[in-house]
Amino acid sequence: MNATTQTIARADISLMPIAFAVLTGLTLLFASGYAQASVLHDAAHDQRHAMAFPCH
Amino acid sequence: MNQKLLTSAVFAGVAAGLIAAVLQFMFVIPALLEGELFETGARVHFGADGSPESDRGAPGLGGEWGRHLMTVGFNIVTYVGFGFLLLAAMAVAEMRGLTKITPRQGLIWGLAGFIAIQLAPAFGLPPELPGTPAAEIGPRQAWWLGTLVATALGLWLIAFARGPIAVVGIVLILVPHLIGAPHLDGYFGVSPPELSAEFATLSLGTSAAGWTALGFLCAWFWTREL
Repeated sequence: MNATTQTIARADISLMPIAFAVLTGLTLLFASGYAQASVLHDAAHDQRHAMAFPCH
Repeated sequence: MNQKLLTSAVFAGVAAGLIAAVLQFMFVIPALLEGELFETGARVHFGADGSPESDRGAPGLGGEWGRHLMTVGFNIVTYVGFGFLLLAAMAVAEMRGLTKITPRQGLIWGLAGFIAIQLAPAFGLPPELPGTPAAEIGPRQAWWLGTLVATALGLWLIAFARGPIAVVGIVLILVPHLIGAPHLDGYFGVSPPELSAEFATLSLGTSAAGWTALGFLCAWFWTREL
């Protein structure tokens, strides 16, 4: 019973925070993995290589 | 509950990013720094004397604390970003009644994330040791992005689609590799092949651990009773 209530409570989640999460996630990943601006690139260089993001 | 989605992504991403950073400094960064010795010419493989032999051994981490701090910082940024996307996907799956997320299930979500974001693109574009010449960055980024989107959709269909539509998932995963990743027409690498191969497997193994931790932690923070 408890489990059912929980599911309903969590299924209640609306689209807005999900959309917000997707946008935030993509923005962060663009900065850390994709952007070619040289300041960002140099700072993120080792991490990009380690994560196998296409780097330069 | 809505706010919990966002805070869970941040907590899980910071924790998984730190775990990944520790593993990287133990395993990946030493190989990366060793690769830089060949990139800069401090060490030479297949030297002018005709011998393919070169010294083995990683340099120490050195005193470049700013550089290493950036690596830790960007790991956290990256994993928080992954965390947001992973939790968004988990939330959509629950909202549509496809599954009920548990921390144990989170492990599988994390592994699926590893397959989609790391392993599938690496199948065509292996993790590159510094000093590995490669094709133009633009087409490689495009192929990389297309591959991870197609693989993520493919895995989703295999996991949740009913009936023969799941086969479409397999096709989606396969297509980027049939198209093929952009590559140069020749081999130009200056590093020993052993070192490049080690770097690729160390990188993939480390991100497999990071992603698995991320999947578990996302689900754990999200389902935790306060």
